Amino acid sequence: MEQLEYEFDGAGSLRQSGPAVLVGVVSSGNLEVLVESAELGGRGRIVVNTSVRGFGEIWQAVLTDFAGRHNLANLLISINDAGATPAVVSLRLDQAAEEFYRGEP
Amino acid sequence: MTTTSCRTTGQSYYESNALKRITSLLDPGSFHEIIRPEEKISSPHLRILGQPCSFNDGIIVGAGRLAGKKVLIAGQEGGFMGGAVGEVHGAKLTGLLQRATEEGPDGVLLLLESGGVRLHEANAGLIAVSEIIRSVLAARVAGVPVIGLIGGVYGCFGGMGIVARCCNALIISEEGRMGLSGPEVIETTMGVEEFDASDRALVWRTVGGKHRYLIGEVQRLVDDDVAAFRAAAIELLNDPRPLSLEELQKEHGMLSDRLKSCGSAYDAIDIWHTMGIAEPETLPLLDTAAFHKAVQHVYRGAA
Repeated sequence: MEQLEYEFDGAGSLRQSGPAVLVGVVSSGNLEVLVESAELGGRGRIVVNTSVRGFGEIWQAVLTDFAGRHNLANLLISINDAGATPAVVSLRLDQAAEEFYRGEP
Repeated sequence: MTTTSCRTTGQSYYESNALKRITSLLDPGSFHEIIRPEEKISSPHLRILGQPCSFNDGIIVGAGRLAGKKVLIAGQEGGFMGGAVGEVHGAKLTGLLQRATEEGPDGVLLLLESGGVRLHEANAGLIAVSEIIRSVLAARVAGVPVIGLIGGVYGCFGGMGIVARCCNALIISEEGRMGLSGPEVIETTMGVEEFDASDRALVWRTVGGKHRYLIGEVQRLVDDDVAAFRAAAIELLNDPRPLSLEELQKEHGMLSDRLKSCGSAYDAIDIWHTMGIAEPETLPLLDTAAFHKAVQHVYRGAA
């Protein structure tokens, strides 16, 4: 297992706190993404627990792309990963953000 | 009667994950999760072993309404370690059932999908299963019906197979499977001559929904459609079988009759033939409606 942590600048505006959402399942080649509001001074934090070691740079690239598509201000995103490919990670993150902003599971 | 399959256009129970099953089974918007994922109560054992954890430890528990009735509900997530029962997973289920005993809701729905005990957690998982069994029976003694639903990818095996048979009633789809030792376990321990787990037709006619229904272990056989599961659950909640000495003796009578009439059968088809089904080899090909028509004259299971 490897734990990785990343922080991103939010787009400034502080989001209202909504209910947390969980998408995806921790099964082989898949991952779960938990999105919740947190007081992070306008920044966003992503914590990754992955079963595959040594892919920090690829996570950085995928998550930076994601942070470019969504405002992560005051969001804590926690990931349990069981070896998902970068494309699957991107899709799950977008799904999680979409469900969080819609405010329903 | 026709063998052409008229697949339902509804939402597949088989393909849905635990949360989707729960929210579409219950009255819309009525589900409230207990121990939400953001509390991050996950397995301490898996962490120590360096295995990926899940924020809900592979089970979702909560409360909601089914056709207006107050129910507690649990859904096992087969995608996470095959729905296997670890310490936290088991404690969530036991806690839900104990709550049922205390609060006396109109019923408990268990959406079972599990290979049994999570071997990584060994004794903790085994103890968890025994606690679940005890609390299912305690809820039933307290007058709360416990209904099991089986229709997921991983079936319902091992300790959870025992839990299933402790429920008031079970609902299964053709795709659902239930048993004690799963096909792979039998093949591994007894050899491929005893049971070929790669023979899907054999697997389904032995542990699949239709057979479990025919031999009286399951009260409802439904299409792989969440709406069909919902309708059956509403029906069974209205007509709970009590946990009484008389009911137990009836069940034991059913089992000993079965052993007498089918104990020497080699294959499920032999059993269906013994039961008086005219063309038993056609049963696996029938859709649910045609199947019900073909077996209604011999079905002996509890209504």
